[in-house]
Amino acid sequence: MEIPALAIQALIILAIFGITLLIATYCTWAERRIAGFLQDRPGPNRVGPWGLGQPLADAVKLFFKEEFIPATANKWLFIAGPSLAMLTALMSSAVVPFGNTILSDEFGAIRIQGIEVNIGMLYIFGVVSLGVYGIMIGGWASNNKFSLLGAIRAASQNISYEIALGLSLIAVLMMTGTLSLREIALQQAEPLFGISGMNWNIFYQPLGFIIFLTCAFAETNRTPFDLPESEAELVGGYHTEYGSMKLGLYLFAEYVNIIVVSAVMSTLYFGGFNFPFQNEIGALLSSDPKVAHNIITVMGIGVFFLKIFAFIFFFMWVRWTLPRFRYDQLLNLGWKGLIPLSIINIILTGTAILLSEHFGW
Amino acid sequence: MTGNLFYFLTFLTLFAALGVVFSKNPVYSVLCLILTFFTLSGHYILLNAQFVAAVNIIVYAGAIMVLFLFVIMFLNLNQETEETQHKSTLMKVAGVISGGLLLVIMIAVLKDAELGAVDTANFNSQIGLVENLGQLLFTKYLLPFELVSVLFLSAMVGAVMLGKKETQQRHF
Repeated sequence: MEIPALAIQALIILAIFGITLLIATYCTWAERRIAGFLQDRPGPNRVGPWGLGQPLADAVKLFFKEEFIPATANKWLFIAGPSLAMLTALMSSAVVPFGNTILSDEFGAIRIQGIEVNIGMLYIFGVVSLGVYGIMIGGWASNNKFSLLGAIRAASQNISYEIALGLSLIAVLMMTGTLSLREIALQQAEPLFGISGMNWNIFYQPLGFIIFLTCAFAETNRTPFDLPESEAELVGGYHTEYGSMKLGLYLFAEYVNIIVVSAVMSTLYFGGFNFPFQNEIGALLSSDPKVAHNIITVMGIGVFFLKIFAFIFFFMWVRWTLPRFRYDQLLNLGWKGLIPLSIINIILTGTAILLSEHFGW
Repeated sequence: MTGNLFYFLTFLTLFAALGVVFSKNPVYSVLCLILTFFTLSGHYILLNAQFVAAVNIIVYAGAIMVLFLFVIMFLNLNQETEETQHKSTLMKVAGVISGGLLLVIMIAVLKDAELGAVDTANFNSQIGLVENLGQLLFTKYLLPFELVSVLFLSAMVGAVMLGKKETQQRHF
C-alpha cells in the first residue's frame, strides 16, 4: 500500500476508535437517563445541560479515587484483568464495516472500515470468545470468594452461549456464502419487493436473529443474564474488590462490548449501512453516479450509527424492564433451548437453500 | 520483514512455552499456554492460513483454555498445597525415563525428516484461505472429515454418560 493510502487507513482506524470510546462514554449517561425515564424519575441532570457533563464528572471522580489493591490479591493479574477486558472489547470493532466506499479521483475507493479481512465473522467470534478472560483473571486475582464465584459464572455462561451464537451465525453464513462482514452488508443492498437497500437478512433469518440477540445479552453480561455481577447474591460479583479507574474500565468495557455487538447485529441482520430507497435518493440528489455514491455512503454511515443507537437503547430498555434469571434457568435456556433451536434453524436454512436452487426461486 | 516477524514470534512462542513448564503457579502456566496459542496463530497468519489461525484462537484460546482456567481456579492449587504433597522417588524416576524417551523419539523423527522442496514459482499462496480449505475438506478429505465428526459425537455421548445423575443419587 502507498503511504497516503496507509495514512487514510490509519485515520479511519483512529476515528473508529475515538467514536467507539465517545459513544461508550455517553452510554453511561444514557443508561442512567433511560433508567430514570423508565422509572419515572429525572436521572442525572445537574452537570451541564440535561446532565451531559455527567460522564466527564464521573471520569474525574474515578481517576482521583485511591488506587487500592487488596493485600492478598495477586497484584499483576489484578491489574491485568481490567486491561484485558478493555483490550478485547476494543479489538472487535476493527472489522466492522461502518460504511460503503468513498470514491475519490486520487486514492480510488476508500473503505470506511478498519481492516477488510475475508474471515471477518470468525475474527469477531474469536475476539468475543476471548472477552471472558478479563473477568476470569480479575475475579481470581482478587482472592475473594465472591469474585471467584462471579468469574466462574461468567466463564460457564460465556462458553454455553458461545455455542448457540456460533450456530446462529452458521445459518447466516450458509445464506450469504461469505465470512466477510463487508460482503454480507453489500449483499443486503439488493432490492426487495422493488425497494432498493431492503434485502435485509432479518426477513430470512428471524429465528437466527432472536437466538443471536439472546446470546448477545449473555455474552455482554447484561440483564437479564448479568449473573456474574448479581449484587443481591455476590456483593459485586467479579469486581467486588475493584475500585477507582480499574472498576471504571470493567464497566466501560461492557459498554464498548454493547456497541460492537449492536454494530455486528446491524451488519448481519439489519442491512448494515444500507437503507430503504437508497438508490432512488442518490439518483434524486445528484445525476453524477460518483457523487451520488459518495452521498449515499455518507448517509449510510449515519443510518448505521442510528441502527447502533437503536440497539443500544433496546439493551438498556431490557435491562430496566426484565428481572434477572436464576443460574440454572440460564444454563437450561442455553443448552436445552437455544442450541437445539439454532440447529433447527440451520436445518431449515439448508432446506430452504436446496429448495430455492431446485425450483429456481 | 516477514523473516524478522518469524524470529520474533518464534522467540515469543518458545518463551511462553517454557513459561508453561517452569511456572510455580498453575494459573500462570495456563496463561502462558494461552500466549503460546496466540503466537502459534501468528505463525499461521505468516503462512497466509487465516482460517486455521482464527479457528485455533476460537477453539483453543477461546474455549478449551477457558475450561482449563476454570478447573484450575476451582482447585485453587498454590505453592503451599503443592509442597505438602511429597513426590516419591519412583515417580521422579518414571518421569525422567518417559521424558527421555520422548526426547529420543523426537530426535529420531527430526533426523530422518526431509523438508520437501517448495516450488516457489508455482506455489499457490491462497491455499490456506477458507474457500480452498473447504473445497479440499469436502472433496479429497471427505471421508476422514466425516469420521472425525463421528469421533467427536462418541466423545460427546461419553461425556453426557459420565455427567448423568445415577438413579439413586440425591438431587442437591
